[in-house]
Amino acid sequence: MNRLAPKVLPGFGITLGFTLTYLGFLVLLPLGALLFQALSNNPFDFFRSAFHPRALSAYWNSFSMAFSAAVLNTFIGLLIAWVLVRYRFFGRRFMDAVIDLPFALPTSVAGFVYSTLYSERGWLGEFLGQNGIHLTHTWFLTVLVLLFTGFPFVVRTVQPVLEELDGDLEEAAAILGANRFQTFIHVIMPSILPALITGFSLAFARGLGEYGSIVFVSSNLPYRSETGPVLIVSRLEENAINDASAAAIVMLMASFGMLLLINTLQKRRQSNG
Amino acid sequence: MDSFNGDKVAGLSPVPNVAAEAASFAPPSLRDCRTESPFIQYTLIILAWFFFLGILGIPILYLFTQAFSVGISLFFQSIFADKDTLNSIFLTLTIAPLAVLLNTVFGLNAAWLLTRYRFPGRTLILTLIDLPFAVSPVVTGLCLVILAGSRTWVGYWLDRLGIPFLNNTPSMVMGTMFVTLPIIVRELIPVLEEIGPEQELAATSLGANGTQMFLRITLPNIAIGLLYGVLLCNARAIGEFASVAVVSGRIAGATETMPLRVERLFQEYKSPADFALASLLALMAFGTLLAKGLIENRLNYRHHSVKKGKMGQ
Repeated sequence: MNRLAPKVLPGFGITLGFTLTYLGFLVLLPLGALLFQALSNNPFDFFRSAFHPRALSAYWNSFSMAFSAAVLNTFIGLLIAWVLVRYRFFGRRFMDAVIDLPFALPTSVAGFVYSTLYSERGWLGEFLGQNGIHLTHTWFLTVLVLLFTGFPFVVRTVQPVLEELDGDLEEAAAILGANRFQTFIHVIMPSILPALITGFSLAFARGLGEYGSIVFVSSNLPYRSETGPVLIVSRLEENAINDASAAAIVMLMASFGMLLLINTLQKRRQSNG
Repeated sequence: MDSFNGDKVAGLSPVPNVAAEAASFAPPSLRDCRTESPFIQYTLIILAWFFFLGILGIPILYLFTQAFSVGISLFFQSIFADKDTLNSIFLTLTIAPLAVLLNTVFGLNAAWLLTRYRFPGRTLILTLIDLPFAVSPVVTGLCLVILAGSRTWVGYWLDRLGIPFLNNTPSMVMGTMFVTLPIIVRELIPVLEEIGPEQELAATSLGANGTQMFLRITLPNIAIGLLYGVLLCNARAIGEFASVAVVSGRIAGATETMPLRVERLFQEYKSPADFALASLLALMAFGTLLAKGLIENRLNYRHHSVKKGKMGQ
């Protein structure tokens, strides 16, 4: 791509001005307001509300749920991407098309369906209840709904990399005496690992910030099952805006860290490829 | 798979083609050296279906069964006879198009700026555009609440001028805009990069002004990518829950969008009505998928943001 100096094509001034104004109003102003709110308080108070025991347990709940779901999603996503790319079977195109549904479906619908499906009167809840398993308001059900919102991220990042994989390398590995499992671990895995990590981080970041579906399936009890976003909302409802913004700053830092990690990985992937 | 076809170098290579020879006389273990045994294949396929159905299939089937098992008439009745539900549909159909329209204008501007010029601060703008992907929508809502609060001069002036913001449509549109901001830009940037500036340079050198160049060269070239981005952005805007829940005040019949209404009905145990509204949203999502599939298959459009792992969250 040749590097054009401004003014070769028309519109540099207008588009720059518009873009900066729009970003200023929509992104910088609200985030600035949050920072202003957090910094205008006594720093001691800020740290006390940011690291309040209830907030700490909320971060931990968010982290553990999002992390577990993202790990499971990485395996499930890899499996589905692998099957979609490598094998031809009945219903493959259908599966490929519907994988994107969690991107298009409102998360509140997902939360609603999961909580009713696993309630005593829902199909699966009734069946599991007869066997003595009750999932309503459990940690497990929250992770399950995060599987729904997160697994397409892994499928859709790994799938194109698998498609472009060079089959000759696998052939070479086989000729040199590797079995399929060894080929997978030593030949295929290194090429798809960056995509897997990217998919994992996207699913993880999504899980950390998730609110719409969790609020339906979780009991949202402080200290026990309350997640970071749920904590922020309930602090806001208690009119404790300082506590809410302190927790929000911590959550923001965590997700910026994730974004930074994803970008670094993608840059490395691009320079390798 | 085509790319796995080893025959293409057969005539050139001094070494005999391994795959072809393996197929003719080598032991069976070498013949299938690039795939697994049928047993493992079927096991993996069955496992994939298990997870696919368990995570996605059964819940969606359950939703539609519950919504339509009460009968079509009751389904429509529970949507169209409830004034608050109707209102939520209207509100969603106002907020989503507004947010998508504004983000489309922004997307065109920003994508043009970022692909056609190199200037200091370019990376910073890109980072700012990606930011909403990293911010939890709940935090977005909180930011807007603080922004319009009495402690900032924005809140002061909103109050002074009597502009309704919080607990009203403007803040809900703004929350939706923030959350969906990166989607269209991220779709347009690779499309514009791929096309390159040559045609546009030719147009301007032949005397076209900016508007003519944009309408006759740029817009037709990026139309499909733009359509794709708008589609994804719209789906996300319709489904936005957290940021809108925080800023709207959730006043029934006034500031409830469709996803918020789903939760309200859930809390009020209005089961058939809730399933009806949720399935309506699911139908809209399927409509999005269908349109997406048509763009990908019929128009041969290769989705860009997926490849980069930046699919709208």
